[in-house]
Amino acid sequence: MASPPKFPTGISGLDEISAGGLPRHRTTLLMGGPGSGKTVLTLQMLVNGARDRGEPAIFVAFEESSRRIIANTASFGWNLPALQKRRLFFLDAQPDPELVPAGGFDLGGLLAALDVKVKAMGATIIAFDAIDMLLGLLDDPAAEKRELHRLHQWLLARNLTAIITAKATMPERETSPPYGFLAFMVDCAIDLNHTVVTGVSQRNLRIHKYRGSAFAENAAPLVITATGIDIAGSRLNHAPATVSDERISTGVERLDAMLNGGYFRNASILVTGAPGTSKTTLAGAFAAAACARGENVLFTTFDSEAGELVRNLRSVGIRLDRAARAGRLHFHVTRSGTHNADVHFINIKAAALRHGIRCLVIDPISALAKIGNELTAHSVIERLIDWAKAADITVLCTSLISNAEPAAEATDLQISTIADTWLHLGYVVHAGERNRSLTIVKSRGTAHSNQVRELILRDDGITLADVYTAGGHVLMGTLRWEKEQADRADRQARENELQRKHLALRHAEEELESRLSLLQRELAQKREERAHWEKLVNHRDDAEAAGQAQVQALRHADPVPANPARPRRRRS
Amino acid sequence: MKTSPRHRFRLYVAGESPHSATARRNLRELCAQCLADDYEIECIDVLVDPARALRDGVFITPTVVRVAPQPSRPVIGNLSQRETVLNALGLLPIAS
Repeated sequence: MASPPKFPTGISGLDEISAGGLPRHRTTLLMGGPGSGKTVLTLQMLVNGARDRGEPAIFVAFEESSRRIIANTASFGWNLPALQKRRLFFLDAQPDPELVPAGGFDLGGLLAALDVKVKAMGATIIAFDAIDMLLGLLDDPAAEKRELHRLHQWLLARNLTAIITAKATMPERETSPPYGFLAFMVDCAIDLNHTVVTGVSQRNLRIHKYRGSAFAENAAPLVITATGIDIAGSRLNHAPATVSDERISTGVERLDAMLNGGYFRNASILVTGAPGTSKTTLAGAFAAAACARGENVLFTTFDSEAGELVRNLRSVGIRLDRAARAGRLHFHVTRSGTHNADVHFINIKAAALRHGIRCLVIDPISALAKIGNELTAHSVIERLIDWAKAADITVLCTSLISNAEPAAEATDLQISTIADTWLHLGYVVHAGERNRSLTIVKSRGTAHSNQVRELILRDDGITLADVYTAGGHVLMGTLRWEKEQADRADRQARENELQRKHLALRHAEEELESRLSLLQRELAQKREERAHWEKLVNHRDDAEAAGQAQVQALRHADPVPANPARPRRRRS
Repeated sequence: MKTSPRHRFRLYVAGESPHSATARRNLRELCAQCLADDYEIECIDVLVDPARALRDGVFITPTVVRVAPQPSRPVIGNLSQRETVLNALGLLPIAS
């Protein structure tokens, strides 16, 4: 189905949920209670068309005078006086309050006057603000219907895009005859709602009818910002976010190592912990590292002062002041109680775009869910993370969780499920000491350490220390130090013992060696002695034999065998 | 002969639309009943002179105002609610 031609509203969220804007050459009805933003939204759409596309527009004001409307919207910086010269015309058509109704009337005069103006300007869009003022004068359902019909015919005949606003509260919109007819007559009907939930103002916009076009049917949060209305639209066509393999530093060297190189670019990082566990410090380290890489950073801080933050982080060697002076770091300081979560989101978004940031810190994101915002906070955070990914921004959120046990893994906002990397900071209280611990609860798509580390704040920065586990307890702080000392002493003692043993053995060895050489010397001596002695014996035997031979020769005896007698003598 | 009538009215109409035609007739009748000849009606057709309607800021037709002796509150509609019109324009029927 081909979509009908559109009149872009120039409000990104509204263009998203209406698939391109209002129906062109058709009429759109904008209904809402007092103060729901009808007038501002209408004028903004006219201004955007006139400024961005040069479309001349006419604004017919039935309720507020153009002077008041211009004054009320002056702070938005739309530069109405410049537009009024050629492209924007206000028609003050407020009925005189003194007016005396005395019978039936019609809009002939108004339409005749408008005809002149439309032709003169070549207007393409016309808005009737607060048609209810006019209908109130008619005070007759038949007449109301007739005049609305007359208006509609007039618009169609001139091929104009039109916006009609009506101040109507919810039951009226559904039961009162003119509004029913109005809603039927128009091609597009939009409701603006303004409710107060436990003291927090919540506004939203809902398209409940759009002939011939796709549109998002759910209510979208509406926020009045410094530059006008913004609608937190959810994209009808979801563009895939960029996926990056690039690693960026956490600002803490050992943490980078634990995460196998740092956070992923464009990831969403959640840092949870009880009060005072250094969540902000870790966020500051991340911000400072990003600034040092030459990236712009927006540091959103709820309920605390930028000055205090800078001072506190300076004490641990994180110099946010320098990054701020260099124009890299921008603070967005805000109070959680002043706005609802949607307004905060839109303000953060606007600041992020203004500074062209790559990294965003929200400290703490749990501030978005304060009283009255519980219902919307989760959806806001989800959209914020979604938006950041699409906008190529790495976002680090801190969150206060009162439960010191990371095993109770449900953060109130359920952001833990959306976050890519989740670090938990805790206290380990043992033996009269409170020490900070850091655990990586999860980190998608990256090998990471499963070790608990002790987080140590020094005046030159943050560092992590290995913790000792002893008897099922994790040792930190003084105990860790004592354990380290004891270990060192142990090691020393062991080494000394070894040394001693080594020496003793050496001595024994030397002694044995010297004894061995003595014995060898003795042995050699004995051998020599024996050889000598043998020689003597042999000599004597020879002499004896010679003697005997001589005797035998003298006696002329027969020879005696000598051999058997010799071994016997040797053995003795 | 009188030169200028004491009562002057200005009536804005949109051509010959039913309400406009009725208003013209009603105003003339009321004036005749209350003011005899001492009145003047300036009739402005906004279809003929829309610029005038823009200038005067009159967008509901028909609308009538008394210009003299003093400006009155504007009265809108076909003027069929006789009592309301007489009251608003300060007219008193001449006792017959």
